[in-house]
Amino acid sequence: MAEPALSIRGLTKVYGNGFKALKGIDLDVQEGDFYALLGPNGAGKSTTLGVVCSLVQKTAGQVSIFGIDIDKDFARAKYHLGVVPQEFNFNQFERVIDIVLAQAGYYGMSRREALPRAESLLKDLSLWDKRNGSARMLSGGMKRRLMIARALMHRPKLLILDEPTAGVDIELRRSMWEYMRRINREEGTTIILTTHYLEEAESLCRNVGIINHGEIVRNTSVRELLAELDTETFLLDLAEPVSEAPAIEGFEVGKVDDAQLSVVVHRGQCLNDVFDALKRDGIKVLSMRNRANRLEEMFVSMVESGNADKEMRG
Amino acid sequence: MNPSQIAIALWTLVIKEIRRFTRIWPQTLLPPSITMTMYFIIFGNLIGSRIGEMDGYSYMDFIVPGLIMMSVITNSYSNVASSFFSNKFQRSVEEMMVSPMPNWVMLAGFILGGMARGLGVGIIVTGVSLFFTRIEVAHPLLTIGVVILTAALFATGGFINALLGKKFDDISIVPTFVLTPLTYLGGVFYSISLLPDFWQGASMLNPILYMVNVFRYGFLGVSDIPVGWALTAIFGFIIGLFAIALWMLENGKGIRS
Repeated sequence: MAEPALSIRGLTKVYGNGFKALKGIDLDVQEGDFYALLGPNGAGKSTTLGVVCSLVQKTAGQVSIFGIDIDKDFARAKYHLGVVPQEFNFNQFERVIDIVLAQAGYYGMSRREALPRAESLLKDLSLWDKRNGSARMLSGGMKRRLMIARALMHRPKLLILDEPTAGVDIELRRSMWEYMRRINREEGTTIILTTHYLEEAESLCRNVGIINHGEIVRNTSVRELLAELDTETFLLDLAEPVSEAPAIEGFEVGKVDDAQLSVVVHRGQCLNDVFDALKRDGIKVLSMRNRANRLEEMFVSMVESGNADKEMRG
Repeated sequence: MNPSQIAIALWTLVIKEIRRFTRIWPQTLLPPSITMTMYFIIFGNLIGSRIGEMDGYSYMDFIVPGLIMMSVITNSYSNVASSFFSNKFQRSVEEMMVSPMPNWVMLAGFILGGMARGLGVGIIVTGVSLFFTRIEVAHPLLTIGVVILTAALFATGGFINALLGKKFDDISIVPTFVLTPLTYLGGVFYSISLLPDFWQGASMLNPILYMVNVFRYGFLGVSDIPVGWALTAIFGFIIGLFAIALWMLENGKGIRS
């Protein structure tokens, strides 16, 4: 069996102030996967990825990239790794083309090899026209795309994207998703993504790990995780205002405002029953949508239950 | 990385560093040239003509090597200190940290970049000095060797300063409160033979004195201290500081959490 793209065993990180950010996590990401690492702020996502990228020193544990132990040959492991960090980490005063070419140089790529690669990536990411401009003149979305181009210069087999679409408008986010899907599908690049947009993880990723309080609380496929979802909340936009939420047997119905109802539907229940009851009461529904995306509901319930456990233990 | 890839990585970093200080030449190359011109006019020409000879040479001839060395020292140091600290501050140092480039290449790249600026400014200051005096170099190879070693030493010092620095103030403290006094007291403007015995002894603890004196020896053929001893001291400092800087990088001091 092929080595996993990323294998983590017993990874522990204790910061100088005594804060235990990672409590011995185990994680495998298979080659070719599109994997989401989710968790609330401070859960340990960035620390985990920081160790993998050599930006954070681990306290204990083992990390292997395509079977290469980073303690034994980190330099060789780094050839397989591309990193797009959460915050902009390039010299804002340098030209766009210089930033990507310098990154190629750090990997030992000659300029003759790097120039066509830079042209191809910058064109793919709609930055070619900006190549001679200073990076500080780019918009936030362009800066994010610049970091993606930079990370891909040396053709990494494993790409780590730490909140790549934070602060990016919806249209651009969709085009970045399409690009990420393409390099995963066509070039076989394994992608690990952290994001706060759970819709992003649900839409892009096949597998997901949820980390909370420095521990992996779930590591499974997105499909399996969603199958476990017990409840979904729907919002119904009404044609006419209602004075109070109608009572529908077996369903929790709430009034969001005069012209909107919320309905909690448990697994096994049928939405037709809701509509039949509303029709009987003469309530017309114009449209319907989920309150949150499904993964988000699952994520919130897991994190909340994790927090409750912690409080009980504490 | 194989040797060819290491050479590419090192070249990339050095060129990037040179491009950085040449891009902002009004901040990096112009000010030292103007300051040194002022020194030549005021201390060399106006005041120097009243001082007379120093160690058997006109005062202008005496201070030229010291002033060239002073500009090399401060520019080598401050280039690396400010450049590497800016890389830390903007987090662009992470570009290098995530790459397979060995730490010693990163260190050497910044040092060579700092040396390039220090030596570049040294050449400019030498050019300016030609407007005020005729320069004759008694020992050319020694002169060139010492100035290169001095630039390397202070560029390495600047790197350590940047690694330790947590805010911009931290990289101006050493140049202001350590480097400048040591340079002024390092025999740039006077021969230490003018000092009382105690202060002559105290001056021997100042590493910059050795560099200024060997450099002056290269130009004029006179030195307050034995040249061999001075060269040994410079080599010793370079090896020591390089080892410290590399150890700090390997252990992530100042750059890894």
